[in-house]
Amino acid sequence: MGKEFICIVCPKGCRIKVDDNENITGYTCLRGLNYVKEELTCPKRMLTSTVKVSNRKDTYVSVKTSSSISKDLLLDVMKELKKIRVEAPISMHQVLIKNIFNTDIDIISTKEVK
Amino acid sequence: MNKQVDLVIIGGGSAGLSAAKSAYENGIRDILIIERSSELGGILNQCIHNGFGLHKFKEELTGPEYAYKYISFIKEKNIPYLLDTLVYSISSKAKEITYSNSEEGYRTLNYKALIFAAGCNERTQGQIMIPGERPNGVFTAGLAQRYLNIDGYLVGKNVYILGSGDIGLIMARRMKLEGANVIGVSEIMPYSNGLNRNIVQCLNDFNIPLRLHNTVTKIHGINQLEGITISDVDDNLIPIKGSEQFIKCDTLLLSIGLYPFNAMLKNCGAKVNLETKGAYVDQNLETSLDSIFSCGNVLHVHDLVDYVSLESELAGKNAANLILNGREKYDKVILTSHNENMSYLLPNEIKVYESLENILFSFRVKKPISRAEILFKDENDKVIKKFNKADLLPSEMVQLNVNNLPLNEINQLKVEVRAL
Repeated sequence: MGKEFICIVCPKGCRIKVDDNENITGYTCLRGLNYVKEELTCPKRMLTSTVKVSNRKDTYVSVKTSSSISKDLLLDVMKELKKIRVEAPISMHQVLIKNIFNTDIDIISTKEVK
Repeated sequence: MNKQVDLVIIGGGSAGLSAAKSAYENGIRDILIIERSSELGGILNQCIHNGFGLHKFKEELTGPEYAYKYISFIKEKNIPYLLDTLVYSISSKAKEITYSNSEEGYRTLNYKALIFAAGCNERTQGQIMIPGERPNGVFTAGLAQRYLNIDGYLVGKNVYILGSGDIGLIMARRMKLEGANVIGVSEIMPYSNGLNRNIVQCLNDFNIPLRLHNTVTKIHGINQLEGITISDVDDNLIPIKGSEQFIKCDTLLLSIGLYPFNAMLKNCGAKVNLETKGAYVDQNLETSLDSIFSCGNVLHVHDLVDYVSLESELAGKNAANLILNGREKYDKVILTSHNENMSYLLPNEIKVYESLENILFSFRVKKPISRAEILFKDENDKVIKKFNKADLLPSEMVQLNVNNLPLNEINQLKVEVRAL
């Protein structure tokens, strides 16, 4: 029994097959191949959310992980994001949490708040 | 004397910003962008997820980051824009618009060219007429997205989603991550209307079931939503008796499609494309009204912002060309048509003139076609151009840049998609 993956790297959504001997077929670019290799070992996702800005009325700043993070950690990171407050002004791609859960991944802003 | 501007752009979202950038790069300096909300960027501001910009910038951006690239350009070049400003009317004969905001009051403004980039609206409960009550707790997915991502409110705890459009899928994941229980998604068609990658990373990742050929057939609850009834549907999309299932939930999100917010253009006399509900346009994206262009979701609903930008750049370039060089004399107008496998085709007509090079065609297929040929035919059904394309889906608009069509030799252009 092989496995089938739908690649999520780009909107094309290639169907990539992995057979019992771990031969990977159906990818149309290298990023697709790497995606499936990662899915088989340690699936990762980008996480995006918002963080409350403490010194601006009713303001949230959108944030993301600086690179994709282990799928298992998504809910834990969400809990951290709910806890913290950040202060404006915030520049684009400002680091809001450094090295979250010792992953070498930062939480960075995806918007400016003046 | 009214204020006069070379190019007025109505809408400061992805379409308006891309059009402004392109008009600037093509030599226009006297531009005014009019935006009704309090910041530039439009819907991108609330689309905090990533996946934007892969075609255009070859990198994966979030909505706000994608908007930032354009907003930075606008600010750097000091292109003027008005926020919190509402346009009331357009008069194509007088080439003037009326608008108001709290600083200037009610104003009239004359333009040489206008780009209408007002975006689209979400289809609502009223448009699909679900039987039952009308309690609190039924939201369009985009509205719930705005409440959550901009205002910081989660609209409910036990959520069901009707429609598998991308906004619904994105919101399924988003609400799940924020701690809501997302019970499932129903899609009336036998296939998903969202991108495959969103099914995987928004539903499969979180074990949220997707029910195909299934829809909401009743809404329960007088003041507050208490639950819904879902039913399977047959091939004619009629609910099957006996398949009903009650689902307890406090929130129903509707992700049932978008339609161009084209009323203003229609009201001022622009010809409408009945299939897209947007304007009828030529290959320059000029509408039937003199010097008024249309692009982005107000012209036809796109699934990828990258394509909104590409299309709007074309509108910006053509508007700039019209302002700087006047209208080129054209010999004839060729009408386009499409076959039964397609739900629409743009442009609606082609004005044939000497400097005409490529034409950008946009269309959608009505049902999934795994291997297709796209044929361009003349009025005698003679094939003048042919393309092969794999994996055409109704949820994915196709844009084709075509050059070297023998336009001088034909009087009509038929575009056909055939399954191989």
